[in-house]
Amino acid sequence: MSTRSDTALWIAQRASAAVLALCVTVHLVTIIYAVRGGLTAAEIFSRTRGNVGWLAFYAVFALAVAVHAPIGLRPVLTEWLGWRGRSRDWAALAFGIVLAGMGLRAISVLFA
Amino acid sequence: MTALQVEVWRGAAEGRLQRYEVPRYPSQTVLDVVTHIQRKLDPTLAYRYACRVGMCGSCAMTVNGAPRWTCRTHVDKVARHGRLELRPLRNLPVIRDLVTDMRSFFDKWERAGGRFEGASTKSDDFARVRPDSAARQAADAGIECIGCGVCYAACDVVNWNRDYLGPAALNRAWTLVNDPRDTARVARLRAIAGDAGCHACHTHMSCTERCPTHISPTASIAGLKRAVAKAALEGKL
Repeated sequence: MSTRSDTALWIAQRASAAVLALCVTVHLVTIIYAVRGGLTAAEIFSRTRGNVGWLAFYAVFALAVAVHAPIGLRPVLTEWLGWRGRSRDWAALAFGIVLAGMGLRAISVLFA
Repeated sequence: MTALQVEVWRGAAEGRLQRYEVPRYPSQTVLDVVTHIQRKLDPTLAYRYACRVGMCGSCAMTVNGAPRWTCRTHVDKVARHGRLELRPLRNLPVIRDLVTDMRSFFDKWERAGGRFEGASTKSDDFARVRPDSAARQAADAGIECIGCGVCYAACDVVNWNRDYLGPAALNRAWTLVNDPRDTARVARLRAIAGDAGCHACHTHMSCTERCPTHISPTASIAGLKRAVAKAALEGKL
């Protein structure tokens, strides 16, 4: 990776962290609000099904995770396993795609 | 007079700890202890020092697990139950006993663009730099580094990532980035950005914790991250 792309990744990770700070806060407050008096799957579906607002919110949340986590995984792979170079970056990218896929799939089930 | 039990690393990468008994004195420094061993007990012990007063930065060693200037470290402050363990600085190849090869440390200063690049000549007037300007104050905060290697030995990221430039080299780059007379700002930012540069820092702050001159390389590295991001967003990187 070049200086420029390393810097771009760093900026992307910081920007996604800022998005996540907001998303996690909204998510936790929603959980605390939603579980008052118990929580059922039906109750969750009644809130999320067909709701474009929640769909957009959680899509942004999942994509921010998919950007943030793989970038952080790169130094972990290098520092803990000594894994460097292009193969490490492909592995991190694959991890990000898996995260995005799993996240968006879960959201699609909640929405549909 | 009580005696101090001192275990000292003998050898290079492979070696062992050797035990010595050293008499205690008031106001005794760790460097006094090492010097006593070499002059009175074992002349084959290799160690390095020069000024003895915290100016040259050559006597740093690992004292009871932490990197320190031995000349400015009193035995009273660090001895645990009358015991000292002395090893060479971490993250550097050991030449022999307590002496490390610091070439990789200083090579990284070079790689980080640690050399001042000016444009003026001796016929030009002095540059006017306001001491109270933000840039000068940022440079002043890091300028007193004497290159002892304590921060480099304290840094876990250096230990994990052999290419990482390390706190001292990055701190040096930060002082130059804030020098309005310097002409190599963008080239230096390119040199220190990336996975082997400022972006590798995890902000553990071990360097700041251990720096004997109370510099905060962590703050300098954070400043570099901001400067690099700004340059990148402006398309200058």
